Amino acid sequence: MTLARAIETGDLAELPSRRDEDWRWTDLRGLIREMPAAAGRGEVWGPGVFSQLAADERLEIVNGRGPAEHVLGSGRTLELRLIADGPGTSSAGLRLRVEPGVQGAVLLETHEALSAGILASINLRIDVAAGASLERIVIVETEADAVLVSLAEVRLGAGARFSQTVIVDGSRRQRTETRVEHPGQVAAARLDGIYLLANQKHADITTVVTHNGMDGSTDQLTKGVVRDQGRGVFQGRIVVQPGADKTDARMGHHALVLSDRAEVDAKPELEIFADDVACAHGNTVGALDEEALFYAEQRGIPEDAAKAMLTEAFVGEVVDRIEHEGARDVVRAWVAERLQW
Amino acid sequence: MLSINNLTASIDGKNILNSLSLELPAGEVHAIMGPNGAGKSTLSYVLTGRAGYDVTGGSVTLNGEDLLTLSPSERAAKGVFLSFQYPLEIPGVPALTFLRTALNAQKKARGEAEIAAPAFLKLIREQAAALKIDFEMLRRALNVGFSGGEKKRMEILQMAVLAPKLGILDETDSGLDIDALRIVAEGVNAMCAPDRSMLVITHYQRLLDYIRPHRVHVLAGGRIVASGGPELAHELEREGYDKYSAVPA
Repeated sequence: MTLARAIETGDLAELPSRRDEDWRWTDLRGLIREMPAAAGRGEVWGPGVFSQLAADERLEIVNGRGPAEHVLGSGRTLELRLIADGPGTSSAGLRLRVEPGVQGAVLLETHEALSAGILASINLRIDVAAGASLERIVIVETEADAVLVSLAEVRLGAGARFSQTVIVDGSRRQRTETRVEHPGQVAAARLDGIYLLANQKHADITTVVTHNGMDGSTDQLTKGVVRDQGRGVFQGRIVVQPGADKTDARMGHHALVLSDRAEVDAKPELEIFADDVACAHGNTVGALDEEALFYAEQRGIPEDAAKAMLTEAFVGEVVDRIEHEGARDVVRAWVAERLQW
Repeated sequence: MLSINNLTASIDGKNILNSLSLELPAGEVHAIMGPNGAGKSTLSYVLTGRAGYDVTGGSVTLNGEDLLTLSPSERAAKGVFLSFQYPLEIPGVPALTFLRTALNAQKKARGEAEIAAPAFLKLIREQAAALKIDFEMLRRALNVGFSGGEKKRMEILQMAVLAPKLGILDETDSGLDIDALRIVAEGVNAMCAPDRSMLVITHYQRLLDYIRPHRVHVLAGGRIVASGGPELAHELEREGYDKYSAVPA
C-alpha cells in the first residue's frame, strides 16, 4: 500500500492508514476522501532554492515528466528539481546511479509543491556503488494544503559514503522517507534532518537503515522546531542483521516545542541481531531553555530576537554538518527565513 | 544613579525582599553581603526583570527612570548589566556573535548607529587581551565547555564591551582560584568610572580585598539591616552573620 499505487489505481484502499504501524502518525486514508484527478502537464514557475548555486547538471521533473534514469560522475553536482504543479495528483520517479569509485558527487534536490491542491508522490532509487561517495541535500517546499510523500531507496556498495540532510517546513500532510540498504564493509551513512513547523503543518521524517554486513557505520542527527499546532513526526529505525558485527550506529533526535498545542511524535528504534556492535540513540523533546533566554535578554537582545537566535543555534548543529559549502549557506538562510515565522 | 525604595518582591507568593531600600550614587562601588537565603540573588533578578519574581511594592529607578516597567532587554539598553553567578552556556552561538548581537541590539534600542565589524573586533580584541582571554575562545560557542574561571572572565568581558551604567556582580568570586580572582577584579576595577556604579553581591569578604567598595550593606531577611564602610566587611568575616539572622523579616 503506497500513495503511488493509490494514485495509479485510483483506489483509496491502497492508501496507508493509521492502522499501518509505520503510518500511524501520518494517516493518509483518513485524510483523503476522494482521489483528485491527475494534474496536467504543469509548469516550472521560477528558479529553485538551489538554482543560485553552481551545478554541472540540472534536471527538472514536472508532474512526473522527465528522465527515468541519471548517472552522476566524479566531482559532479546535480541540481534535481522534483516539481508537482497542481491541482491534482502526480507521481515522479528517478533512478540515480553513482558509479564505482566516483568521488565528491553532490545532489542538490528540491521537492516543490508550490501551487494549490497537490497530492504528489515521489520515488527515488539511488545507487552509490563500491567506493563511491554522494552527498544529498533535500529541501522540501510546499504550499500549506499540499499532501506530499517521498521515498528514497538507497543502496550502498562496499566502502561507499552517503551523506544526507533533509530539510522540511511541513504542509497538510507530508512524509520524507529514506531507506538505506547498508552493506557494512566500511561503508558510511549520515542521515540528518531538520523540520520547522508552524500553524497546522505536519511533517514526518522517517528513516530505515539496514546493516547487512560487518564494519559499517551510520550517524544520524535530526532536529525539529514545532510551534502553534504544528505536528512533527520522527521515525528512525536501525536494523543490524545477524552477522553485521562491529556496526557503529548512532541516532539523535531532538525537538523544541514552542507552544502547548504543538506536538512531536518520535519513535527511535534499534533492532540488533548481531554481536559486538556500538549502537546508541538519544531522543529529547522540550521547550526553549528559559534561563538561556533570560541570559540573552539581560544582555540586551529583545525576547523575540533572543528566541530566534537560540532556535537557529539549536537547528544550526545539523546545518553545520552539511559538507557542501554553498548548500550549507543556502540551507542556513532558508532555515533563518523560516524561523522568522 | 540607582535608587531602590521600599522594594518588596515575592516568588510564588513568598516574600523574599521586604521593604528594601538602597541608594547607590554614580561612580561608587557598593557591596551587598549576607547569609545564604537572605535574598541576594533575588535582588539581582528583580533589578534585571527576570520572569517569576513579583514586585508587590516599592520602586527602582536608574537616573530617575523607572526600571520596573521595562523588559529585561530594555533595562539592559538603559545600562543595567548582571554578571551571573552561574553564566549560561549558549550552544551554537559563538561568543563573538552573541556579544555583537547584544551590543547592536542595545544600540538600536537607544537610537544609536550599529557598530561595524572592524570597530567591534578592535574593541573586543583589546578587552579580551586585558582579561587574558584567548581570542580563539571567542569563536567558540559562548561558555560551552568553558571552565568556571573562563566563564567569569567572559562575564567581565561582556560587561567591558557593553559598558553599562550599573554593573551588578552576583557572587563573581565563586568558583575562582586566586589568579582568576585577581584578573577578574582588575577587570572590574578598570571599569570604575564617574558615571558608572557597581553593586557587588558576595557571601565572602575575599573579593572585597580586590574590589574596594565605598560602602558595604548587610542584606538579611530581605532588607538592608546594616550599612557601613569597608571595615564592615572585615567585621562580618570575623564575626559571621549570626547577629543579623536574629533580625525579624
